[in-house]
Amino acid sequence: MYSLSVLCALLALTPLALILYHTLSLGFSALNWDFFTKLPKPVGEPGGGMANAIVGTLILVGLGSLLGLPVGVFAGIYLSEMGRGKFATVLRFLTDVLNGIPSIVTGVVAYTLVVLPMKHFSAYAGGAALGILMIPTITRTTEEMMKTVPRAYREAALALGISQWKTTLRIVLRTALGGIVTGIMLALARAAGETAPLLFTSLNNRFWHTSLGQPIASLTVFIYNYGVSPFDDWIAQAWAGALVLMFLILLLSIAVRIATRSVHYER
Amino acid sequence: MELQLHENTVTGSKQKLHTHNFGDVVFKNLLRFFAFLILALVILMAYEMYATSRLSIDKFGWHFFVTSIWDPVQKNFGALPFIYGTLVSSFIALLIALPLSLGIAIFLSEIAPPFVEKPVSFLVELLAGIPSIVYGIWGFFVMVPWLRKSIEPGLSKYFGTLPLFQGAPYGVGMLAAGIILSIMILPIITSISRDVLKAVPRSQKEAALALGSTRWEATRIALSYARSGIIGATILGLGRALGETMAVTMVIGNRPTISASLLAPSYTMASVLANEFTEATSDMYISALIEIALALFIITIIVNTFARLLVWAATKNSESFERL
Amino acid sequence: MESILEIQEQQSKLKMTPAATPSSVLNNFVPVSDDHKIIARDINAYFGKVQALKNISLSIPGNSVVAIIGPSGCGKSTFLRSINRMHEIIPGSKITGSLTLDGQDIYQMDAVMVRKRIGMVFQKPNPFPTMSIFDNVAAGLKMNGMRRKAPLKEIVEKSLRQAALWDEVKDSLSKGGTSLSGGQQQRLCIARTLAVNPEVILMDEPASALDPISTSKIEELIYELKKQYTIVIVTHNMQQAARVSDFTAFFYLGQLIEYDETKAIFTNPHLKQTEDYITGRFG
Repeated sequence: MYSLSVLCALLALTPLALILYHTLSLGFSALNWDFFTKLPKPVGEPGGGMANAIVGTLILVGLGSLLGLPVGVFAGIYLSEMGRGKFATVLRFLTDVLNGIPSIVTGVVAYTLVVLPMKHFSAYAGGAALGILMIPTITRTTEEMMKTVPRAYREAALALGISQWKTTLRIVLRTALGGIVTGIMLALARAAGETAPLLFTSLNNRFWHTSLGQPIASLTVFIYNYGVSPFDDWIAQAWAGALVLMFLILLLSIAVRIATRSVHYER
Repeated sequence: MELQLHENTVTGSKQKLHTHNFGDVVFKNLLRFFAFLILALVILMAYEMYATSRLSIDKFGWHFFVTSIWDPVQKNFGALPFIYGTLVSSFIALLIALPLSLGIAIFLSEIAPPFVEKPVSFLVELLAGIPSIVYGIWGFFVMVPWLRKSIEPGLSKYFGTLPLFQGAPYGVGMLAAGIILSIMILPIITSISRDVLKAVPRSQKEAALALGSTRWEATRIALSYARSGIIGATILGLGRALGETMAVTMVIGNRPTISASLLAPSYTMASVLANEFTEATSDMYISALIEIALALFIITIIVNTFARLLVWAATKNSESFERL
Repeated sequence: MESILEIQEQQSKLKMTPAATPSSVLNNFVPVSDDHKIIARDINAYFGKVQALKNISLSIPGNSVVAIIGPSGCGKSTFLRSINRMHEIIPGSKITGSLTLDGQDIYQMDAVMVRKRIGMVFQKPNPFPTMSIFDNVAAGLKMNGMRRKAPLKEIVEKSLRQAALWDEVKDSLSKGGTSLSGGQQQRLCIARTLAVNPEVILMDEPASALDPISTSKIEELIYELKKQYTIVIVTHNMQQAARVSDFTAFFYLGQLIEYDETKAIFTNPHLKQTEDYITGRFG
């Protein structure tokens, strides 16, 4: 019976190994310096890169965090410091609900909220969608991490005549910061890997964007568009894009591992 | 933590003047504002989708969910093929992922020594970190050709008489979607099941062992003890599968038909949104698509609520669920 | 309420004045004077429905050390916390009665102001884990807007000297506050409190988590600090109360049983209950 469960583990890790292998081998062969520095070339012309898409992904994640960070962090602080009543229970449930909503649905909402009134696709709309997606992760980690800060530090600060808001922000938040940053990085990594909510919000752009009110390129949408295209060098570039994306996320998750470990050492 | 920022309750006959710090009052209201923003956001999401899909809701009513016509030219829409595709592909995914996940969870919680458990857990969680689009292109370029050449011809040769395996082996189709989804939901079911199993009191297992049970029997007792948590984990996995978009879109074939065959192309609610949203030209078309999004929204809320309640009940006393 | 019945039962056993008479009238041998630093009148404290303090009236002279003794759960910590309004951070807490600091009603003031004037040292040393020794001492000032380096340095040094810690840490001010030993951490917390320049220092069993040598250092420190500050110390160690305090209040089940000069309490208590407690017959 036990060998069966070991077999399950091996079986589940096979696709992981295969995905890593294929992304590495196929992605690496199409990866070169141009990929990071050049704009995409039209069909038929070899070469070119995804510089605009890499920058675009960073901009979209940045825009998203303008929405997701303050809402997530402050709502998390609310839950940990004031979260005792019925409303807090409702709020915890809502963040779980938000966490379970498919990202494509969030994209539809961003479309109705931003694209329809503005009458065109824009980086703002993509950022809004990513921002909404970040909120639940950031809220819950902020709450959990703030709650791990012992009561003694809050009391010590308050007894020094430090006001409650300064105690919360400069003592409690400061103490919990390591863990909160971990949660934020996780949320950012997830947002960077999202495709569905960008398809009809930020759309795509083969050139450098000139304003955030316009469609903007993103690594994930490029991977999708190139991946389903019939052209071999586009498909090769899609793999290269996937490799870059995976590398980015892997870096983040390793950084998160190290960060969480050091946080635990302190305690 | 009992410590709270709460209203102070100095009483007596005195007034409460000047007992509050101005900054604190501002800060508390700021926190409340952001907390209410989340509430407002969820309500706004539901309302926006409802408002923008009114055209379709008013025209088709409940028929929308039971008819199979999807005709953008005639502006006649029914979502049944997408609902069917979503449900069936998710069901296949559960069918594959659940036993695998349970196997790994038992391995991780009952058998593996810590130096094996940690890296294997990490690898399984790494699966969860891979973006959907990467699963998509891997599925499209690696898994689908493999299915088409190595697996599906065999299936249709030996089981072709069954309605499940009729038709030409395209590679893309319901089976491919189910498999890719199963890989994607495996980490969440595994990690929750592992935590639920770990939360089973040691005394339960030891009691079983003390009574002369084998380790496998003791594990079965642990499994039955952790049942509701595992069901919750499975339903959470289902929630993920229902809304998964990119990977499914790339391997399911995107054809709005209902076919009993797993080899036949199909379509899901999420993938029709991904494929057709930017192409939708008429208001009615857009409206119908948004109604699908609204339905998906409601289904996932119901599924997730149910799952949360189960998982919550199973792990009230353990703290391993914070990261979900 | 059950607890009241319990008290009455207890008191009749000990042949005491019935509970109907406020404890402040008969058992309080420190007369109230208008120039006293802190005057508490008829303090009642509740946590939800549980009454933690009953009609406490207590007058604390300036530049003195007042010890509050009593068995655990007697309300001594609650009383201490009500002096700088730290009880307020516990949900469901409520207080009635009046507490004045230099004649000003504490409950009419901004709680933050009250805590600046009335500092507090806790049972377990709790230096801020993210801050250096220097920043721990400077925290109260920095967060209330003091930015200039020179006066900050001066105050940090002065406070650490007052807390008898300067010589031990002057070369490692940038090290983490939690890197110190337990006794040093507690003196760091005292220095942190002193830096805000309070008038009153509340100490909640400040030495109970420390070894004997660290304890005696803290006690010496209290003796020194008395010259400039008014100190209220909660302790369950009666020898400590006898050593460091000028006045001693004995609390039992939320009531002030007896309050008198320390010498009198420990040599010639008026009430049998007090005598029983300090001689170790109960509690």
